[in-house]
Amino acid sequence: MSIAAKLIDRNDAAPSFATGPDIEAQIADAARFTRRHAIAAIYRATSGHPGGALSCAEILACLFGAEMNFWPASVNDPYRDRFVLSKGHACPALYAIGAYHQFCSKQEALGLRKLGSPFQGHPHVRDLPWVETSTGSLGQGFSVAVGMALGMKMQRMRARAYVLLGDGELQEGEVWEAAMCAAHHKLDNLCAIVDYNKMQSDATNEAIMRLEPLADKWRAFGWTVFEVDGHNIAEILSTLHLAASTRERPSVLIAHTLKGKGVPFMEGSPAWHGSVKLTRQQAADALTALGASPEDIKDLIDG
Amino acid sequence: MADNNAPALIGTSGDSLREAFGKALTALAADFPKLVVLDADVAGGTGVHHFRKAHPERLIQFGIAEQNMVAAAGGLAAVGMLPVVTGFACFLERAYEQARLSIGYARRNAKIVASHPGLDVGPDGGSAQALEDIAAFRAIPGMTVISPADPVETALATRAILEFDGPVYMRTGRSPARRLFGDDHVFEIGKGQIVRHGCDVTLVACGVEVARALDAAELLAEGGIEARVVNMPTIKPIDADLLERCARETGAIVTAEDHNIYGGLGSAVAEAVGKRLPCPIEFVGLNDTFGTSGEPDELAEHFQITAPYIAAAARRAIERRKALQ
Repeated sequence: MSIAAKLIDRNDAAPSFATGPDIEAQIADAARFTRRHAIAAIYRATSGHPGGALSCAEILACLFGAEMNFWPASVNDPYRDRFVLSKGHACPALYAIGAYHQFCSKQEALGLRKLGSPFQGHPHVRDLPWVETSTGSLGQGFSVAVGMALGMKMQRMRARAYVLLGDGELQEGEVWEAAMCAAHHKLDNLCAIVDYNKMQSDATNEAIMRLEPLADKWRAFGWTVFEVDGHNIAEILSTLHLAASTRERPSVLIAHTLKGKGVPFMEGSPAWHGSVKLTRQQAADALTALGASPEDIKDLIDG
Repeated sequence: MADNNAPALIGTSGDSLREAFGKALTALAADFPKLVVLDADVAGGTGVHHFRKAHPERLIQFGIAEQNMVAAAGGLAAVGMLPVVTGFACFLERAYEQARLSIGYARRNAKIVASHPGLDVGPDGGSAQALEDIAAFRAIPGMTVISPADPVETALATRAILEFDGPVYMRTGRSPARRLFGDDHVFEIGKGQIVRHGCDVTLVACGVEVARALDAAELLAEGGIEARVVNMPTIKPIDADLLERCARETGAIVTAEDHNIYGGLGSAVAEAVGKRLPCPIEFVGLNDTFGTSGEPDELAEHFQITAPYIAAAARRAIERRKALQ
């Protein structure tokens, strides 16, 4: 759905934040919040995957802040757009953007990975309905989104399905089964986004299992392919809009991103992919780098 | 459509459970408007070709890609459809983790119906004979597991799983199956039933082994042993009340299944009886081995799951009971 249409739609739909012409600035604010909140949650949890959460902050902020027809009041609306975080390990970022848009409480979302908290180490739809499906096993979320897009098409629903994949995830064979299937069934209501930060758990994609030529692979599988700077909000928004106007074919945004974006000591380092324990100093340094004030840092770490 | 001039499919002429399933599904389509059937290019083998012919727009082709198909079923269910995943049992096993996460863990109202289970597959051989599917799917929390015994029960079970809200794994069968039940047969998820009365020993069976257990009861009767036969089409949740009653009234149990003796019907029965009212149990099934090529009846004989072996197991169980008394 276009941004303009979204603004109109939101007039009577209890928007979770004020709408206006300065939507890019609001999305930038949401992305900043997402990074800080994710870092704080991972610090408090003493485990979690920061690298891939930081790299997808703008993508999530664009989807939840403008592109998708999805807000807290529409969680049970069958005609809502669906978002699936197929790279489920990046869920600290999903929980943060959800908290920003009032799908859940900001404070509770800091309970990441704790016993009794619905904010599990990977998203679970029975704990948090708004995460749409349970993910964490790479490849599956993509297939689930394909099923959603198929089902919505069969029921003549005009809603769209969005799915965010990691680049390492593309090494799963199931991803290419799903890619072939989506093109075969002409799922133009499906939009995949690849968080292409070029790194995975142990090392670079290039070292572990080469993905290139990535755009050519998607094209060969019958998709309309867009390449974007995954941290450029204006570019992401306009490309999502273009993707939504694609007919007869699914579309994919290959979003070039930086792993650990916004935290200098994490940027470009696969060491911060995995489930890591952040020291208090590392958390404080990261939050400082992300522009948090000393009061905010104290709140996020101890509050 | 490729049906023109197609060669005759082997084994589809009789009342196989897969054919019964496919016909039932087709007849039920009108009652379940959200029903869609998912196929991995084996519709001709799973009985789903009947559905495809009647409702082509509700048959979703996934190609030979079971992992995507099973997870996509979770997505279809998430947006309000009633997906029935179909395929061969051994190939659906490759999507086990998808069934675990995207259907079981997400608790989707999706059904997985597997044809070609067990030695009943026949000449395709060991690679194609799923002898561990019941054990595997039974271990997924919340997954209901069903293995009907004849075409009548398969048709009833097909309706029952569509009416049931929750994930289900159901076995059908490849080979022509003997009709055991009349038109008044009743199927209820979670319920077993006594199909032959007796009080010396209880033979508990599912799927194709129910017919063999009934034959075994005949053999035992010739020797003066009155065997009770229980048809146990729902392996999970198992009918523990009925098993407790059988343990009390006969004191000896034999389980019979076209499946590894580990993790399937026998294990489910032993878990229930062990907890409620322990008694001697003998297990007829594949003795932790893979299958091989051969006709289903030859294989059943070769791997010792036919009536004489069930009868022999019954005599052993009775001897063990006597030794305890």
